[in-house]
Amino acid sequence: MKQFLIFVKKEWLHIWRDRRTLLILIVMPVVQIILYGFALTNEVKNSKVVIFDQSKDNATELLSKEIASNRYFSLVKNVYSYDEIEAAFRKGQARMAIIFPRNFQTDLLHTNHAQIQLLGDASDPNTANTLANYASSIIMDYQGSLNQNADLPYTINTQLRMLYNPELKGAYSFVPGVMALVLMLVCAMMTSIAIVKEKEMGTMEVILVSPLKPFRIIIAKTIPYLIVSFMNIATILLMSVFVLDVPIAGSLGLLIAESILFTITSLSLGIMISNAAKNQRIAQFISMMALFLPTLLFSGFLFPIENMPIALQVISNVVPARWYYIIVKNIMIKGLGFASVWRETLILAGMTTFLLTISIRSFKIRLA
Amino acid sequence: MRTLRFLLQKEILQVLRDPSLIRILFIMPMVQLLILPMAADYEIKNINLGVVDHDHSEYSRKLVNKIVSSGYFRLSDYSPGFSQALKSVEADKTDLVLEIPAQFERQLVTENKATMLISANAINGIKAGLGSAYIQGIIQDYNKDIREQWVQTARFNQQPMIEVTSTSWYNPHMNYHLFMVPGILVMLMTIIGTSFSSNNIVREREMGTIEQINVSPIKKWQFIVGKLIPFLLLALIILTLGLTIARVVYGIVPVGHYYTIYIFAILYMLAILGLGFLMSTYAQTQQQSMMVTFFTTMIFNLLNGLFTPIESMPHWAQVLTWFNPVAYFIEVMRMVVLKGSNLIDIQHHIIIMVCFAVFLNGWAILNYRKRSG
Repeated sequence: MKQFLIFVKKEWLHIWRDRRTLLILIVMPVVQIILYGFALTNEVKNSKVVIFDQSKDNATELLSKEIASNRYFSLVKNVYSYDEIEAAFRKGQARMAIIFPRNFQTDLLHTNHAQIQLLGDASDPNTANTLANYASSIIMDYQGSLNQNADLPYTINTQLRMLYNPELKGAYSFVPGVMALVLMLVCAMMTSIAIVKEKEMGTMEVILVSPLKPFRIIIAKTIPYLIVSFMNIATILLMSVFVLDVPIAGSLGLLIAESILFTITSLSLGIMISNAAKNQRIAQFISMMALFLPTLLFSGFLFPIENMPIALQVISNVVPARWYYIIVKNIMIKGLGFASVWRETLILAGMTTFLLTISIRSFKIRLA
Repeated sequence: MRTLRFLLQKEILQVLRDPSLIRILFIMPMVQLLILPMAADYEIKNINLGVVDHDHSEYSRKLVNKIVSSGYFRLSDYSPGFSQALKSVEADKTDLVLEIPAQFERQLVTENKATMLISANAINGIKAGLGSAYIQGIIQDYNKDIREQWVQTARFNQQPMIEVTSTSWYNPHMNYHLFMVPGILVMLMTIIGTSFSSNNIVREREMGTIEQINVSPIKKWQFIVGKLIPFLLLALIILTLGLTIARVVYGIVPVGHYYTIYIFAILYMLAILGLGFLMSTYAQTQQQSMMVTFFTTMIFNLLNGLFTPIESMPHWAQVLTWFNPVAYFIEVMRMVVLKGSNLIDIQHHIIIMVCFAVFLNGWAILNYRKRSG
C-alpha cells in the first residue's frame, strides 16, 4: 500500500510540477464550455434575407416589415431582379430570398388567392429548410390575421405545450452535449500519453523493475488525473448553471456521481490508447483523430441518433458520451431520478471495467 | 538549396519509415469520411408520437390514422392517460403527445369548436418546433375535410389564401452529403495538419535530436520550410483521396473546378501547418503541445459554420470566427462545390488565407531559437 501511495505521489508531482500543462488542463474546459455554450446553437437567427418586391403595395410592405423585424431574419436589402438574388447568393450575402409577384394585394383581395415564392440557398440545407419554415409561419400568421373576423364552423383548435424547455432555448440540448464532449475529450487526452510518455523517455524501465504490479501502476497513473477531472467537473457544472443559465432540475449529488463515473470511463479509454500506442505522436493522433469527430457526431446532441441509419445507430452504442448525454439530459433538464438512468449507468460502468481490464491485460511488463 | 534538399529527405524518410504512423494517417481519416457523413443528417423524420385518446370516436381514430399515414410520425405509444404518456416522454420513447379530449366529436359537432392538446418534448427545440408545426398542419387539413363534409363547399376560396412555394437553389434535393462530406474532409485535414506539425519540433527537442540541427548550418527558415513541404504533400494526398471518396462513394462532383479547391487547400495547409509549428516552438514538452493543439483545433473545428450556422452565434463569437482559418475553407468548399464559384469569387478568402500563412509561419520562424535553454 505504501509503495502504491508513493507511486501515486510521483504521478501527482509529474502533473503538479508542470504548471503550464496543469494550467491548460484546468482552464481549457472552462473556456470551452463558455465558448460552445454561447456560440453553438442550432437555433437559426438573424439570417440574411433579401426581398424582391414586384408589387409594392400595402400587403407586401406589411409582410416585409413583419419579416425584417422578426428575430430569425435580418433584411439585407431590397433587390430588383433575379440576377441580383443570384449575385447575393453567390457572394454569400443572403441565405434566402422572398419574392412577391406583381399585383399581390389585388390578387389576394379579389380572387382570395395570391402567391409568395421563397428561394433558399440550400448549400446549407438545414438552414434553408428551417428558414423556409419560419417564413411560411410568419406568412400564415398574417393570413390568419386577415381571417380573424370570420367565425368558421367546426373548428379544431390546438393548444401547444412545450415540455421542459418552454422557451425552446438551444442551450437545453446543447449544454449537456457540450459537457459530454469536453469532459470526454479532456480526460481521454490527459491519460492517453501517461504511459507512452514513460516508454518514450526511457523511464518505463525503472517502473518495470519496481515491485509494483501492472494493475497498481495503471490505477496510480489514473488517480492524479482523476483529481484534475474533479476540478473540471466542478467548473463545468458551475459554468453551466451560473453562466449559461441551465439550471439543474434533478439531484446535484447524482449528477456529480454520474459525472465522476463518466470521467473514469474516459480516463480508462485514454489509458488504453496510451498502452497501445508506440509513441506520444501516435497516441496524440489517435486520441484527436479517433475521438473528436465520432464523439461529436455520435453523442446525439447535434444529430439525433434515431435519425441515423441502423448500422450507425449500432456504432453509436460504443461511444461513451452518448450514454452520458442521456444521463445529463434526464437528471439536469428533465429532473428525473436514478430510476431513469440506471441502464445508462450500468453501460458506462461496464465500459470502464472492460477498458481497464484490457489495459491491465495488455500492459507489457517487458521492454520492446 | 542543397541544405533544404537534405532536410526534406530527412523529414520524408522520418514519415515513411514509421509504417504504423502511415497506416493510421491514411486509414483513419478515410474510414471516418466513409462513415461520419451518414450520421450528419439534420432532416427531422420519424417523430415518435404518443396518443392519448379520451374520446374513442370515429373522428379521433380517423385523425390518428391521418397523422400516422403522413410519413413524418411513428406511433410509439397509445396510453389511456397523460401521466402514462409522460412516462414514455421521460424515457425518450415519445417526442410528441397528442391528447384528444373526451367528447371531442360531440363538441365539434354541437358546439362548432373543440380543442386538442399537443405536448412536445422541447429539449431539442428544433425537433419540437418542427414536429408540432407538422402535426398542426395535418390537423388543419383534417379540419378542412370535416368542414367540407358538413358545409356545402363554395366554388371559390371563401377567405384570402396565400400560397407559399419554396425553391431550393444549388441543392434542390436538400442532399446533406453535398454539404457535409467536403466539410468533414476539411476538419480531418485540419486535425492531421495541426497535430503533426505541432508535435514535430517539440518532439525533436524532447528526443534531443534538435541539438544536431542547432549546431548545423541550417537556417531557421530552411528548417521550417523543410518541415512544411513534406506535410503539405501529405495533406494534398489526403485531400485527393478524400475528394475521390466524395466522388465515387457519395457522387459529389464539384460545380466549380478542382484546381480552385487545390489552390486554396495549399494556402490553407500552409496556414494550418504554420499554426502548428508556432505552437510547437512555444511548447516545452509533447504533452503541452498536444494539449494546446487539441484546444485550438477543437475550437476551430466546432465554430466554423459546418454544424451550426455562424449567423446564430452572439456577435463576439462571430468576431472570433474571423480568426478561424477552418471557417474560410469550409465556406470556400461550399462555394466551389455547390455554387461553382471561381478564383475571383473567392479572392477575399484567398487574400485572408495568404495573410494567415505569412503571419503564422513568420512568427514561428522568429520564435524558433537555435540556442537551447
